[in-house]
Amino acid sequence: MFFYAPLDVSQGFVQKIFYIHVPLAIVSLGGFIFGGVLAIGYLRTGDRAWDMRSYVAIHMALIFGVGGLITGSIWAKASWGHWWVWNEPTLVSFLIVLLLFATYQPMRFSIEDPERQSRYASVFAVVAGAFVPLNYLAVSLATAYVHPRVLTLNSANLPPSMGLVFVVSLVGITLLYVTLWKFEMAAKNARSQVRRLRRTLLGDDTVRPVGRSAAPS
Amino acid sequence: MKTAMVVLRKDLRLEMRTWETVPAMVLFALVTFVIFHFGLNRATIDGQLAAGVLVVTLLFAALLGVNRLFVAEREQGGFDAFLLAPVDRTALLVAKASALFLFLVVLEVIAVPAFGLFLLGPPLGHALPGLILLLALANLGLSVIGTFVSAIAIHTRARDLIGPMLGLPLLVPALIATARAAGPLLAATHASSAPPGKWLLILALYDVVFGLIAYAVFDFLLED
Repeated sequence: MFFYAPLDVSQGFVQKIFYIHVPLAIVSLGGFIFGGVLAIGYLRTGDRAWDMRSYVAIHMALIFGVGGLITGSIWAKASWGHWWVWNEPTLVSFLIVLLLFATYQPMRFSIEDPERQSRYASVFAVVAGAFVPLNYLAVSLATAYVHPRVLTLNSANLPPSMGLVFVVSLVGITLLYVTLWKFEMAAKNARSQVRRLRRTLLGDDTVRPVGRSAAPS
Repeated sequence: MKTAMVVLRKDLRLEMRTWETVPAMVLFALVTFVIFHFGLNRATIDGQLAAGVLVVTLLFAALLGVNRLFVAEREQGGFDAFLLAPVDRTALLVAKASALFLFLVVLEVIAVPAFGLFLLGPPLGHALPGLILLLALANLGLSVIGTFVSAIAIHTRARDLIGPMLGLPLLVPALIATARAAGPLLAATHASSAPPGKWLLILALYDVVFGLIAYAVFDFLLED
């Protein structure tokens, strides 16, 4: 990324953050929609494992989204001179989506019954997943374009070497997301399995009951 | 549909007897206009600023109604009774959204002329036809999303907080469209008497999409 891709003529070295910021944002939005799709799985089958998958997907996407927002802010400061630019549809719609999904965990936390928590969270994830494209449409119509349109479908505005690096970073971040998602799933499954084993081996009294939490257990 | 009518009639009768929700929404809107007058330190406003003030006031007044929407059902066990009855569950969504829609209409019938009287610089009459069309579309989106959010929030512990917290980001696209479309209508120069078609289209698309989604998922919010 640092050595292969040519330096940007107008922005210089700062432009390199593009290879982290854009994939982070894309993967985060994809993660939100992925969480919505997994939530459909829960609503169809009623199997709590789907809710767990959806929860972990949205949780990870939130972390990636905050990362994307911060790197984007740094890039905006470097190239436009402001930390935050309102007339910028991608930025603003991303912020709105992030604010919406930030309510996901408080909502889960305030529902006590675990089964109802899973159901409501899944319904929310489905609606919010569908909200992502519609929100983008509304916000982008409301503002003028300033963002560098590097990802228009018909013409790639990037020189080939930059494009290659970008695709490699995108694949890399996507794989990072998938790996973290699988890792978190494995950790959660292992924890619940350990609990179950302890309970059967040592008796019910030795294991403290699970406290109320936003995460499905 | 018949079930929805019955539930709607019940809600309206309840409101007529207690006058609990709608007067609160109207009073809230009027007080907000006064606060805006002092906060902005302007005698009259027009254009995009006026549109923003109007839309924000109506939105927050609507949230008051959203918070109260299912309170009677929850306190009096209406949910259980509804689930026991052999009727389509989506009827509750239709009935509650219609009730909220009617509440909003009453709110606007009072609040919009009051806005014209208190704050708006240019006369209201010119913008009125466009504004009615626009607010009807906005009310549709508000009532569908409001009902959906209220149905989620009513079963949570912090229900007064969760409702607006979920509702506001979900409503942002509709508010952008409403505020932007209302801006030219309320302009001092009377640039146009019809709201821009682009925003009406967005608003209609929003209503259709979220109407269908709410229709599809509402069943899951009532199971128990």
